[in-house]
Amino acid sequence: MAKSIRTPGARVRGLGAAGEGTGHFLLQRMTAASNILLILFFIGLVVALAGEDYLTVVAILERPLVAIPFLLAIVSVTLHMRVGMQVIIEDYVHTEGLKILAVIGNNFFAAAIALAAVFSILKISFGG
Amino acid sequence: MATPALEQKRPLSPHLSVFRPIITMVMSIVHRITGAALYFGTLLLVVWLVAAASGPEAFETVHGLYGSILGRIVLALYTWTLIHHMLGGIRHLIWDFQLAMDPPNASRLAWATIIGSVTLTILIWIAAYIVM
Repeated sequence: MAKSIRTPGARVRGLGAAGEGTGHFLLQRMTAASNILLILFFIGLVVALAGEDYLTVVAILERPLVAIPFLLAIVSVTLHMRVGMQVIIEDYVHTEGLKILAVIGNNFFAAAIALAAVFSILKISFGG
Repeated sequence: MATPALEQKRPLSPHLSVFRPIITMVMSIVHRITGAALYFGTLLLVVWLVAAASGPEAFETVHGLYGSILGRIVLALYTWTLIHHMLGGIRHLIWDFQLAMDPPNASRLAWATIIGSVTLTILIWIAAYIVM
């Protein structure tokens, strides 16, 4: 086997070519695990709210014990979808410039979704 | 980077289309498609939340849209997509512990994913209709 040209330090840190190591993978799996719990909560919430009128929906969403897990769900889901879509882009978009644009667009979209949802929940919670 | 003409003409090795579809392969593809669909499906959630934060009129408009026949069909598909991707994810988490990786068990898990997602989706909608 050919002798590796990587320095011992780089090999020990195991960060790989992108310099990020397994961070991306771990974020994917960690948010996958938190998503399970938070999405179960979310489905229960939506089922409970089905068909309810505005005042009832707002009265339930503004409760801290509803708003807090809902906010956690938003953070977990948007992180997960950002990482997941990046993998899809890197798999299928091979033109370098287009790939970078798509990855940037992915970040913009995930950030916009996260912020719009967080703002709305907080506004309802703070009595908006 | 421009691809040279010669490189574009190179024959590709046989790809997805030459294989007989098997359940693990189909579930793998569906997992990715449902993931991508959920990505854009978050818009449904955000529109609903922003409407609720905007006031009664905006909320009633969105409520009417989501409650229509077409809206319910979209939401039912969204529910299945979400559940299916979640069960597919649990399958991947099981594999992360190197469990059920042999072909018979992997196939069983794959069947459990699709059967489970359809069953749970129906149960969730029955629950929603009972609550309503």
